[in-house]
Amino acid sequence: MKKQHYLLLLMLFLVTRCSEEIECCVQPEQADVTLNFTHYWDGIKLSNQDLNQLKFTTKNGENVSVENLRYLISELSLIDSKNYHLINFTENTGTSISLSGFTNGTYKLTFRFGFSDEDNTDGAYKDLNSVNFGVPGMLGGGYHYMQFDGKYIDNNNEEAGFNYHTIRAVDKTEPDNLKFEDTSFNVDLGTVIITKNTDIEIKMNLAEWFKNPTTWDLNKLNTVLMPNFEAQQMMRDNGKTAFSLGTVN
Amino acid sequence: MHCTPKEDEIYIPVPYNLEIPILFADKLIPPIIPANNLLTIEGIALGKKLFFDPVLSGDETQSCASCHSPQKSFTDQQPFSIGVAGNSGNRNAMPLFNLAWNFDERFAWDGKEFGLERQALEPVSNPIEMHGDWKKIGRKLAASSSYKDLFLQAFGSSKIDSTSITKAIAQFERTLISGNAKFDKYLRGETSLTAEEQNGFNVFMDESKGDCFHCHGSDNNPLWTDNKFHNNGLDNVFTDLGFGAVTGDPNDNGKFKSPSIRNLVFTAPYMHDGRFASLEEVIDHYSEGLKKSPTIDPLMKRVNQGGVQLSVVEKTNLKAFLQTLSDYDFVRNPAFQK
Repeated sequence: MKKQHYLLLLMLFLVTRCSEEIECCVQPEQADVTLNFTHYWDGIKLSNQDLNQLKFTTKNGENVSVENLRYLISELSLIDSKNYHLINFTENTGTSISLSGFTNGTYKLTFRFGFSDEDNTDGAYKDLNSVNFGVPGMLGGGYHYMQFDGKYIDNNNEEAGFNYHTIRAVDKTEPDNLKFEDTSFNVDLGTVIITKNTDIEIKMNLAEWFKNPTTWDLNKLNTVLMPNFEAQQMMRDNGKTAFSLGTVN
Repeated sequence: MHCTPKEDEIYIPVPYNLEIPILFADKLIPPIIPANNLLTIEGIALGKKLFFDPVLSGDETQSCASCHSPQKSFTDQQPFSIGVAGNSGNRNAMPLFNLAWNFDERFAWDGKEFGLERQALEPVSNPIEMHGDWKKIGRKLAASSSYKDLFLQAFGSSKIDSTSITKAIAQFERTLISGNAKFDKYLRGETSLTAEEQNGFNVFMDESKGDCFHCHGSDNNPLWTDNKFHNNGLDNVFTDLGFGAVTGDPNDNGKFKSPSIRNLVFTAPYMHDGRFASLEEVIDHYSEGLKKSPTIDPLMKRVNQGGVQLSVVEKTNLKAFLQTLSDYDFVRNPAFQK
């Protein structure tokens, strides 16, 4: 009688284990992905300790500091739905984006720097309004793509400020007939293979904004760049080489 | 309502929903209401009573309202407030409104107080200000049957201490919402601006003119401040380190919170030390008076020329625009008066 009880218990245990395994096995394996945005000046990785120091040199030869850096990306390909993200290096917010639910596979990694014209709707994003990221209506409204502020040593050997602010380019030649050019741009970092929880580093090389293809002269282009149509085009072109894929593990 | 002891135990305060102006609801993320201090009708009423009660000061001569008068947009229009002993501090009394939308929750000119509840602690015990003793204040209020009932109704406990007192004051302060100035009405399509006011708004928003919007908000940010800390070129050498004294980072020396530019007509004098008596002086500062220092904000334009060099007409227009942000309904709101 006792043996029969043990047998029943054993059978019950095996049946339960089996059903657990079956439930477990029908679930596809899913992985988490964390995108980490890191910032470099050429080969030197920046931390907050590097802020406010005139320790970097542009291709044109000006010594510069980084005081404020925040920028917006949208259309991140790893997310199915519409999305945008404000990355604030100075305040260490938004520099890490956590995503989940990835099945094993190869994924394209692309995003747009800034907003496309379609998404760049004036006043539409409460979180961006709340942190003063808007563009004045007289420049067409919408949002900044990037605010990069710092100081440089000018030709008179004095410290001066720069505001490298990128927005949708606007031609104000005829104030009553503004002409716009979408200066947001697509960043294609290739593909990443995800088979487990994965950290992906996305690097921004700040030096590129002053380097390629236009060697940026801060003595000529330093502030009031938002209403400068040609400057916005040049910033877009320089920004296209600023991002690269870092470590994936 | 007077409760019997049994009723005391089951009294549940009535939740209160902030009356959020439509522009705030449309343009901003929700205000910050701490989960451990949700707004209730009873809590707000108690906070208001405490805000105006001199019992919070050491000699019972000053209340919070002594330096934060509702008719003056909750300032005292003095460069420095005078405390109970007749001494003055070194900071101008900040106006109080739209505090629940300070998303970083750093309060005071130097950001030293984190959270509105914590902010309310300091002036009461500060020997230069109200010079109160929190324990004595708690005992005095506990000896008052009316206060005991009010605390019981607000917090479900008749325990009165600095925590419950500052919670109540913070609840009242979160209701101080200013969002009905002429410019708000203009944005709601209820009125129009004069040409002078419109041109002044353009100066404010033009990066090549005033470039005020980067720190002071816009038509899409009705707070009219970024609530951040900047060195706006007041001094070559700092006698007051401001934010730098709080963070310990020399790169923050000389930085102070950007105040909202709402209600400026009620809040003179200006800046953290009340150095400018008029709006004209403030505008002149940004136009010609900037002083260079290592931490001056890069957003301060043309520092080597002293500033953005506005014309006389541009200055007049800018002032006209700034005055459209005066919310007379706010300073006259009976809910905020004693």
